[in-house]
Order: sequence, then C-alpha cells, then structure tokens
Amino acid sequence: MSRFAPIPPPAVNIKGFDQNYLAGFAKPIDDYVFKSQPGLSETVVEAISHYKTEPPWMRQFRKTALKIFATKPTPTWGGDLSAIDYDRISYYLRPTDRQEQRWQDVPKDIKDTFERLGIPQAERKVLAGVKAQYDSEVVYGSIKKNLAQKGVIFLGMDEGLRKHPDLVKHYFGKLIPPADNKFAALNSAVWSGGSFVYVPKGVEVKLPLQAYFRINAPNAGQFERTLIIADEGSKVHYVEGCTAPAYSSQSLHSAVVEIFIKKGARVQYTTVQNWYKTVYNLVTKRAWVEEEGEMIWTDFNMGSRLTMKYPSFLLAGKGARGETLSMALAGAGQHQDAGSKAIHLASHTTSTIISKSISKGGGRTSYRGLVSVSPTAKDVKSKVVCDALILDSKSRSDTYPTNRILNSDVTLEHEATVSKVGEEQLFYLMSRGLTEAEASKMIVSGFVAPLIKKLPLEYAVEMNRLIDLEMEGSVG
Amino acid sequence: MKKNYSLKPIPYNLTIKDLRVSVDNKEIVKGVNLTVKPGEIHAIMGPNGSGKSSLAMALMGHPTYKLKVNNEKSKIILDGKDISDLPPHERAKKGLFLAFQYPVTVAGVSVQNFLRQAHQAVNGKSPQSILEFRQSLTHTAKELGIKPELLSRSLNDGFSGGEKKRLEILQLLTLRPKFAILDETDSGLDIDAVKVVAKGIKTVAQKFNTGIVIITHYQRILRFIKPDHVHIMVNGQIIKSGDFQLAHQIEQTGYKNFLKAKSYEL
Repeated sequence: MSRFAPIPPPAVNIKGFDQNYLAGFAKPIDDYVFKSQPGLSETVVEAISHYKTEPPWMRQFRKTALKIFATKPTPTWGGDLSAIDYDRISYYLRPTDRQEQRWQDVPKDIKDTFERLGIPQAERKVLAGVKAQYDSEVVYGSIKKNLAQKGVIFLGMDEGLRKHPDLVKHYFGKLIPPADNKFAALNSAVWSGGSFVYVPKGVEVKLPLQAYFRINAPNAGQFERTLIIADEGSKVHYVEGCTAPAYSSQSLHSAVVEIFIKKGARVQYTTVQNWYKTVYNLVTKRAWVEEEGEMIWTDFNMGSRLTMKYPSFLLAGKGARGETLSMALAGAGQHQDAGSKAIHLASHTTSTIISKSISKGGGRTSYRGLVSVSPTAKDVKSKVVCDALILDSKSRSDTYPTNRILNSDVTLEHEATVSKVGEEQLFYLMSRGLTEAEASKMIVSGFVAPLIKKLPLEYAVEMNRLIDLEMEGSVG
Repeated sequence: MKKNYSLKPIPYNLTIKDLRVSVDNKEIVKGVNLTVKPGEIHAIMGPNGSGKSSLAMALMGHPTYKLKVNNEKSKIILDGKDISDLPPHERAKKGLFLAFQYPVTVAGVSVQNFLRQAHQAVNGKSPQSILEFRQSLTHTAKELGIKPELLSRSLNDGFSGGEKKRLEILQLLTLRPKFAILDETDSGLDIDAVKVVAKGIKTVAQKFNTGIVIITHYQRILRFIKPDHVHIMVNGQIIKSGDFQLAHQIEQTGYKNFLKAKSYEL
C-alpha cells in the first residue's frame, strides 16, 4: 500500500478477473471432434492412442506410464499441489482432425483466437516456422521452404511419430523416462501435441522456430511433448509461448521436453509462459549435451497459479556448456517455484544459472536449483546467481540451492541477493516526476533488463510489454 | 457590467510557513518560515543534526518526514497552492526539485533513459527526438565534467561520490524546475568539482530563473555562488537570517556562538 499519497479507491473489477491479462478472452467451441470425459483411466489412454493410430510400443508406453503415475505420491517438497482434482480434468480434447499448413484452412474460431494473439502476424515477420496447438492438438504448422529443403524437420509430435517412427522411438522418453517424476508419468500417459524438431548436421536455423500453446476449454489438461534433436554442429532457437482464457476453474498443464544436442551443436529454448492464474504448470525439461555442445534455457514465467519447473542440462561430453536464464514474476495468488539443474558428467564443462525473480501483491517466488559434479568430471566451472526482488511486505521469496560436488577440481560460484524495492528508491524516482507505479515499473524493468537483453528483439519487446501490464495497478 | 479584477500579483514563490516536521513522532523541524522568489539563491547553514536535511526531505514529500497535521498554519506553498498533501511526483510536476545528499542506485536503468522519462513526466511530451535529447544531455554533461559513457550506465550504479553529485546537477539542468533544494550537494567534492557544481547552480538560477535553496554544512561552495540570503538553522529553527556576510562570519567563528546564544536563550 502506498505511503506516498492518499490511497485511491481500487479499480472495480466486476468479473473478478485480471483486466490486465490481455490473453484472457474465451472463444468456447462446442464441436470438439472428441472430448474425453473428465477423469483419468486406461480407457482415456486407449482412446488417445486409438485416435492417433499409434504403433503398439507407444500404446504400451502410455499404459505403463499411467500405472507409474498412479503409484507415485504427489511431491510435497515444492508448491502446494493439494487442490488439483484429477477427476475433474479433461485429459484429451481434439478440436480438429487435421493439422493445416495454411492459416486460411484452420477452423474459424481457432484461427480467430490465434489472430487475436498475434501468431500469424509474427510468423510472417520473424519466424522460420510455427506450430500452433489448441488444447490437445497441433492445428497449424509451417516451416520455411529453404529449411525443409536442407532437411530440417519441424512437425507436431504426433506427426513426427507417424513420419519418423524410428527416430522418435530411439529418443522418446530416454532422457525423461515416465518414472522420472509423477508429472512426467502423467504426461507420458496422456501426451498429445508438442513439437518434433530435427536439425541435420551443420545446419544453422537462423530465425526462431515457434510453438504456440493455447488451452481453450475450461477444466482442461494440456500435455504436450516436445523432442528436439540437434545434430553435430547445428544451431536452432526454439521459442514457445503459452496463454489460456481467464476461467475461474483450474486447468493443468504438464509438459515434457527432451533435447539432444550432438557434438558442437547449440540449442536455445525460450519459454514465455503466460498462463492464466488458475493454471497449474508442472513441467519437466531436460537437455543432453555432448562434446562442445551448448544448451541455453531462457525460461520466463509470468503466469499460472503454480509453476514447478527446473529446466536442466546433463553436460555429458567434454567441453559442453549449459546456461539457464530464469525469470519469474509472481503476483497475488501465484507461486513460481522455478530454477534449474546443472549436471556435470564430463570434464571441462561449464554451467551458468542466472535467476531473477519478482514477487508482489502477496505472490511467492522460489529459486530451486541443483549443481551436481560427478567424481570423474575434472576442471568444471559453475556459476549460480539468484537475485530476488520483493515489492511489498505481503510477498515472499525463498532460495533452495543444492550443490552436490563429488571431486575437488571444480570452481563453483554462488551469489544470492534479495532486495526489497525500498522507499528510498521509489522516493528518488518520484521526486523526478514519476508516479509510484511508474517508479516501480522502472525498478522492475531495470532488474530484469540483463535477462531481457538475451532475447531476440521481438521477444524482448513482448516481454517488456507483459511485465508492464503485470505491473499496472500493482500499486495503490 | 465590467468585472473588477484584483490586481494582486500572482505569488510565484516557494513559501514555507511555520513548517514542523517529525520523524517517528519526534519533532525535528520546529517551525521554519522561508520565502524563496524565482531566481533567488538562499543558503541554509547549520551544524549536524540541526534538521536541515529533514526540512529538505519534508519539502519533497518523503513519507517518513511527517508534517504536523493538525497545525493549520504549517504549510508549503508553491505558486500560491498548498502542496503539503501532494505526493512527491505531483510536487515535481509543479516545479519542485530536490538534489539528494545520498543519490539512490537503480540497476538496469540507464541515466539517459531515466532522465528522458523524468523530463517527459515533468514537462510533458517533448518535441525533441530521442537523439536530440541525448545530444543536448551529452553537451550539458560535458560542461559538468561528466564522462559521456556515464550516461548509458545504470543510474548511480558504481558511481563515485563526485559523479553522483555532478549527476544531480545534470538532472537539475535538464529538468529546469521552478524551485530546487540542494541537500549537501557540495559534501565530498574536491575543490574543482565544487567550482563546476557551483557554476551549474548559478546557470540554473540565472538562465531558468530557478529559485534555489542550498543546504550546506560548510560555506566553501558559497564562495563560488554568493547567495542572496543566508540562514542559520539550529535545533530545528532558523535563528538568524542575513546576507552573504553571515556566511563569512560562520567561516571565522563557526557555529559556536550561535549555539551558545541559543542555549542562553533557553
């Protein structure tokens, strides 16, 4: 609450929804090709596999995963998961039977949604390829011709499984097996959609490939599955964005992302997560990095009720590098439990984890991270920096770092700062004519600026816009 | 019928009336009266703990420095309007400026972007392009001996004491307020820096007709500025006002005499 001025009456928000969440519009469609009954069962899993006409091994994979999900207890070490009602969620919503290659062929309601979100416009300008997923299925996909000619594959995961069964079978679930954790098991059982990317040896994909995920139905689950293989010396930047309508009922998003980086290849994976504040976002992301390869996670979490996500990399080959730039913003009713895991399996490997979190209006951020160095990995360097900014006394930030270092030839740096936006900072900026809201915004955007700079320009602009919107009305 | 307009001149002054300021319920400023006219330079001198900085903070509206509320007479009037209840940014928009004794660091926000936003907040949308604004900023910075590369660095982040103080004066020259309070702007500066800062302050008073209140412990800076009025503040009150000679007198004899005189009075 401001101390700088008489407090104005709060803006009346009749619907109880966040007016600053621009992606909160809903275009309910009732003609799903298939919508599974709420609840999880072997029947649902069978139905998904049936609709996708999957090979028997995948069907079996799903059924095994379902059993693992049922036996694994809900983790209690992170955010509060007790309110998730698995019986109320619809696990598979098939909006259409086919993926289109031209926006004009996408069903109108769905197309309107993506147009309002600016996806086709962005594709024309700055992207090498686009996937748009609506509830459970990818409804649109495209890739620039010259990339396709060079052998770059950018398909929906289902399509990838159909067209490249051997390649998919070789990698799928190998880095994140269903038994990895409860939500990886859930995803493995009911996965649908997501992307399959293969970049051939030496090919550099200059513009980003983008996937856009939209949960549209209330009480829906989205369980996309992404597999990226970057062959020797190749380069690719994959970007995903996520939004959902402002429904008051909860939704569940639980993705699995596996990335394989061959010798000398480089993958950057950027997430702009802006789910509505009723979505549980429980995601497992992991990269396997071979000799001289490089993985960069740029992981921006703005939305969701609870996010638990710790993108990790296993540095498996000599000289491999990993970097995570993690940004989290938690407002009222939100908990961002985010971080990263750096696993050094080989010598001369380096990792950097930079985390910046902002909590305001009673929101909570947690940094949770692991640096692990195996006994045989020599000459390892790792640096972890986590900075937290707390905007008011109602908000909270915690840091849970773990270091597991099993040999002595390691340089490890760890810095952590927690700062409160002080009255002195606000007063200084206000004395120069900025309102309290403008001053807070300026402090926050300055705080995240070092991370935003790492994004391509268009995304940097978008991120700044989202942060500004999030900061609107946060004071007073 | 012709209306009879009053011919009373519009009071474009900064008037402080019986100002009482308390921090944590302890009264620090105990009834200060002062009128500053456009273009005038006032100096408020006094020993440590006399309430000078509290006066400065209260004038700009820092919430920790509370004005005595049920004192009808206690007022800050700018251009004829009572600004005692306004938040700091409203005071800034009305033309008040405070150069801080301890300027605050804001990481990730460059000096030039901050100043452009502040300039727009105070003076409204400027016809100047970003480039023109930066050019004139760089020009002014050079005159103040500020390295141009400092302008693209984060606000006060890792700046030396002298750089911070010069930057306060750069802000003063850029924002061109009607009235400016300079809180210990000369402390921690070497003599060359004091000269540069003094020149900047005189420029603002002469060119932009800004009324200025210099709060200082030492009279060193006053040698280069020659204020129109000098006030001695002791124990939360202005106990003596005079012209430049008063500053001289302080240099010769220190505050001792004033403190003594005060204690005899008590």
